[in-house]
Parts: sequence; C-alpha cells; structure tokens
Amino acid sequence: MSAPERFLERLTARRGGDPSWVAARRQAGAARFEAMGFPTRRDEQWKYTDVRRIAEGDFALATDAEFDSARFDEQRLDIDAYRLVLVDGLFSPALSELDGLPSGVSIEPLSQAIVANHEAVGGSLGRLAGVDFSPFTALNTAFADEGAIVRLASGTVVDKPIYVLLLSRANGQPVMSHPRILIEAGARAEATIIEHYSGESEAANFTNVVTEVLLDRGAIIDHYKLQEAALTDLHVASIHVDQGRDSRFNSYNMNLGGALVRTDLVTDLNGEGAEAAYNGLFFVQGRQHVDNHTLVNHNAPRTFSNENYKGVLDDRSRGVFNGKVFVKKDAQQIEAYQNNANLLLSDRAEIDTKPELVIYADDVKCSHGATTGQLDEDAVYALRSRGIDEPMARALLTLAFVGEVMDKVRLNVIAERVERAVAGRLPERFNLADLVETAEAIQEA
Amino acid sequence: MLEVKDLHVTVEDKVILKGLNLTINAGEVHAIMGPNGAGKSTLSAVIAGKDGYEVTQGTILFEGQDVLEMEIEERARAGLLLGFQYPIEIPGVKNIYLLKAALNAQRAARGEGEIPAPEFMKLVREKSTDMKMDPSFLQRAVNEGFSGGEKKRNEILQMLILQPKLAMLDEIDSGLDIDAMKVVADGVNSLRNADRAILLVTHYQRLLNHIVPDHVHVLVDGRIVKSGGKDLALELEERGYDWVLEESVA
Ligand SMILES: Nc1ncnc2c1ncn2[C@@H]1O[C@H](COP(=O)(O)OP(=O)(O)OP(=O)(O)O)[C@@H](O)[C@H]1O
Ligand SMILES: [Mg+2]
Repeated sequence: MSAPERFLERLTARRGGDPSWVAARRQAGAARFEAMGFPTRRDEQWKYTDVRRIAEGDFALATDAEFDSARFDEQRLDIDAYRLVLVDGLFSPALSELDGLPSGVSIEPLSQAIVANHEAVGGSLGRLAGVDFSPFTALNTAFADEGAIVRLASGTVVDKPIYVLLLSRANGQPVMSHPRILIEAGARAEATIIEHYSGESEAANFTNVVTEVLLDRGAIIDHYKLQEAALTDLHVASIHVDQGRDSRFNSYNMNLGGALVRTDLVTDLNGEGAEAAYNGLFFVQGRQHVDNHTLVNHNAPRTFSNENYKGVLDDRSRGVFNGKVFVKKDAQQIEAYQNNANLLLSDRAEIDTKPELVIYADDVKCSHGATTGQLDEDAVYALRSRGIDEPMARALLTLAFVGEVMDKVRLNVIAERVERAVAGRLPERFNLADLVETAEAIQEA
Repeated sequence: MLEVKDLHVTVEDKVILKGLNLTINAGEVHAIMGPNGAGKSTLSAVIAGKDGYEVTQGTILFEGQDVLEMEIEERARAGLLLGFQYPIEIPGVKNIYLLKAALNAQRAARGEGEIPAPEFMKLVREKSTDMKMDPSFLQRAVNEGFSGGEKKRNEILQMLILQPKLAMLDEIDSGLDIDAMKVVADGVNSLRNADRAILLVTHYQRLLNHIVPDHVHVLVDGRIVKSGGKDLALELEERGYDWVLEESVA
C-alpha cells in the first residue's frame, strides 16, 4: 500500500453523516492527495524539507479530547480571551470558554458548523486554500472535521483576543489531526486572533492545519501563530489570506517548538490600499527543522507589505526561509520590503534562505535582503567586562538580535514566552517593565 | 591592591609585554604614559581578561587573588573595571539594561538581592546628571550612534554606577572637548577614596592637570622603564620619550 493510501485508509474510521456537499469535498481532497502523493525534495517548494518522517509515520485519529487539567493550566496562555480548545484535533467544550461573546462575533467549532450546515462552511471555507495548493491542503480537505469558524460582522471591534489553542498529547499511538480554521472579518472589523500549538512534552503527533483569513474592506486582523509543540511533534501549516481594500493584516509567526515544522503563509493583497506585515521569528535547537515559506501577492495598486523574519539556530538545527514577493503587472505604487536575518549559535546549525522579488510593474519601491551571522564576540566581551556572566551576555545579545521583531509584538504574554525561550534564562520581558517605567520616570524628572 | 610581576604577554606570536612590574595600592592614582604601540592597552586588557592574549610568564594579583585564574566577569564583579580606549557599540541592548544587569550581577556576587527599581532609578538619574548625559541616552542602545566623547562619558557613567575598586581608564581623554574633559575628570575624581585606586593610561598632561596622579610610569616596548611622581608627566610633555629611553638603555 502506498503512503497516501495508508493515510486515506484512516478516513474510514471517521464518523459519517456529513452533508452531501461536505462529503463531495472530502472526496475531491482525497483524490487530489492520492494523485499528488507526499512531496519529495525534487519539488522546488520542498527542496530543503524532507517529509519522509511524516509519510512513513503511522498516525491514527484521536477518539477523545481529554487533557490533564493541571497540565492545561501550564500550557495555556494566561490571557483574558475567548478560547476554543482542540485536543489532538478534537473540540474540548470543557476547556473552551466561549461565553459572553459580544454581538457581531461568532466563534464555533467546525464540527458544529458542519452539522448546522452553516453558510460559512459552504461558502467561504476552502475558497482560499483549494486542494491544489499542496498535497497537505488536499489531505486536510479530505479529513478536516474540526477547527474554528470565526466570523466578525461589519464594524465589530472585538474586545478580547480570540484564542484557538491546539494541544497535542503524548499518546502511545501517535495521532494525526487536520484542523481547519476560518476567519471572516467583515468591513472595518478588528480582532486579534491567536493560534497556539502546545502540548505534552513527549507528544509525537502530526498536525496538518489550514487557516483561511478573509478581510473585507478596512478590516484589521492581528494574527499570532505561536508554535510551542513538543520537540518531537510534526507540524505542517498553511495560512491563506485574502485582503480587501484598505485592510490590514499583521502576522506574527513565532516558532519555538516542533521536530519538523513547515508553515506556508500566503497573502493576496486584492484591494487598493491593503497592507500586510509579516513578523516572523524562529528559534530552533537540537535537531529541529523549521521551514517558513511566505508569499505576498500585490494584485492591486497602492498596496504595501513589510516582512521581517529572524531566525536563531542552535545545535544541529536547520532552518529554511523562502520569501517571495510578487507584484502583478499594472499594480502600481507598490511598496514591498522583505528582510530575513539569521543568527547561528552553533557551527553545526544550518539555514537556507532565499528572498525573492518578482516584479511586473514599474512604479514600485521594493527592497529585500538576507543575512546570516554569529554573535559579536567583542560585544560578549564588553558585557562580561561589566560583570555580566557569559550565558546572560549571550542571552542579551540574542534578544537584541530578535528585538526588532519582538518590539512589534503587542501581546505581552506571547512576547515573554518567546523571549524566555530564546534567551533561555531571562526571567522577565527583555524590555523589562520596571526598566521602562524607570526610564519614563527619569525622563519626566 | 594590584600587583603585576614580571608579566610577559604574547599576541599572535608577537611579544608585547616583556617583564612588566607594577604595584598599585589602595588610595593611589597611577598614570601610565608611553609611545604608541608600547603595550599600554595590552596591559589593561590582560588585567581585564580579554581573550587573545597569552601570558607566557609572570603573575597578576588583585587583593591577593590570582587574576589570571578568574573569568572576565569575575574580575569585574571583584571590582576590576576597564574603561575602553574604543568602546564598542552594542545594537539592541539598551544602556539602562546593561547598567542594571551589571549592577545586579555585582550585587549577586556579594550575596545581595537585586536593586529595587526606585533605588536604581535614583542612582542612574543622579549619575547621568553628574556626567551631563541626557536621560534619553539610557534608553538608547549601548554606544550606538554616540559621538566619541559621548562614548567616553558613558564609560565613566558605568564606573560611577558600578563603583569599581580599581578603575582602569584607557585614554579616557581622547576625543573629549575641553568641557567634557572636565566632566569626565570630575567623574573620575569622585571615585577617588582611600579604598579605591585608579589606573590612567594617557598621552597628555592635560588630563593629569585634572586628575592628579600619585605615580607616573613610562611604558616603552613592553616594560616600565621609568617611574616617578606627577612631575614626571610634565617632564615628558616637555621633552618627549627619547631621553627616558636613553637613560634606561644606559
Ligand atoms: N590582536 C593583535 N594582533 C596583533 N598585534 C597586536 C594585537 N593587539 C595589539 N597588538 C600589537 O601590540 C602592540 C601594543 O599594542 P597596544 O594597543 O597595547 O599599544 P598602546 O601602548 O596601547 O598604544 P596606543 O598608545 O597607540 O594606544 C602594538 O604593536 C600592536 O600592534
Ligand atoms: Mg592603547
């Protein structure tokens, strides 16, 4: 039996009862996945990332969503938010907190939306991420029966972040999950959405998630993806964004966990005046492998994109950054900036980086660049010469390296977790609150 | 306090210090002068612990402890601080963060807890006012985009906050305008007391008018060839180094 067949065989374990149009979509996904098979390194898009660990794996589907409550409290972000929790891909009503949603906001698990034959499921879902994007989106389409459907009515400014937490358990038998997230923001709606991947430290599951985000005119979405899964977890994600006129999408893609992680982030700037900001950070250690593929399509005039990805690589880890900016013919007065900087903390860490601009218009302002380097040993010495011990000195300089990206992060709980992971030991946020206050007080005096 | 005996130092197979002796007692200010390339910065860098120097012979004791056995940061915490001839820029690390981390490291080494924020605030405000530094400098990355003179004042600000037992200042006067020279000298003088010592490396008498040394040494070609009181600096200013060399060869 081929690997795709082996994966698809698990479909029979799914409960039935889909509406017919959902069943048809599943079949299309399965057929497409079977035809494409798992990508190999001969595929240009997968040149540096070998997915054999996934293809050769044996992943069942989870049958319950139990999660130890003490562990849950450790894993979850301590944040006041509307929370939807999936455990190994299954919705956990017990861990979720979706009470008191303001009017104009709807957050639903996908399973319920399917049962209710929700218009979003039939309409928008799959519009941005079709089965042709990659074998993994096809596979997701075949299996997806859980996830989050978030819909914001026009003009709705959501008072609290919307927090989707996806937990992975250390199961005897590894499992796979294919969550599907849909975010539909009406005109001028504003919200912060967090996708948080975490779980038990021995988890060795395969998560294959697809996120679609639609921004109507003037909508503003801050989208955080915080990957903190176990260092044995396998994770493939694609995020597809469609931006209408004057909309703004700020992506914060923070990757700390996972054995093998591949994230595709694709934005179509379809309306004039639309803006996308990609802030990315990956910190990898041990033998972690993290691959970020980003694409911005400037399809309309006067659109703006700014991308800044920073990678910190330790031990024998590997990173891949492939960032592409595409400017369509006649999409004039475009600004597109792209930067990828990497810091290698070990001789054996490796990064493959490829920033790419493809421009068919002439009235554009674009820049791109990639750099890779090590910590400045003279700076390490300068800090140590003031009594700061070496690990702390290195931590400070590493945080300084990612500072440009971290300064953009508006959610403190996330910034702290990322900074602690990257620095290894600093107890508080790098821009320590008391120091900021101190400085302000000094300024005022 | 500091005792350097028969110090021989090699950098990349080049012999720089060739049997240097120097004793500094608490309460004293020493000035080291000497021609370019004589080994003055090398001496202070070796004492501070910078990598890349091979000590082939000799000892350095600080308050009876073997300095060469101590890590860079241990030396600093023990009270041995070097103000650099060329302070480097550290992008992304705020000045105030360096000051706080350094001060807390020193306190931890003494078994004290972290400095409370209000106390730290007061200290930093006071000392930066002393150095005539606008508070905005505290929020900027260490030395990034600072002028030459601002970098030097920043070195002294660190000294004022960390209160070293032995402050070594390598050409702290270079690149300073006349007013800044006064500010820096006042800062250094404020560190002077019976328990502390200062080692100045300089080419100019000008600085020594402000910070009057107890001892002046002439370092030539890896050795101290002449030592004297503050008047020796005046004589060097007038006559240059040749006569010292001739005298020492004779
Ligand atoms: N890393 C190095 N590699 C090679 N040579 C070095 C290195 N560091 C210092 N030297 C050499 O050692 C000698 C002494 O240098 P040092 O910086 O100690 O002199 P100095 O007395 O401080 O001079 P100046 O008055 O110009 O500051 C010089 O000839 C210098 O070129
Ligand atoms: Mg020098």
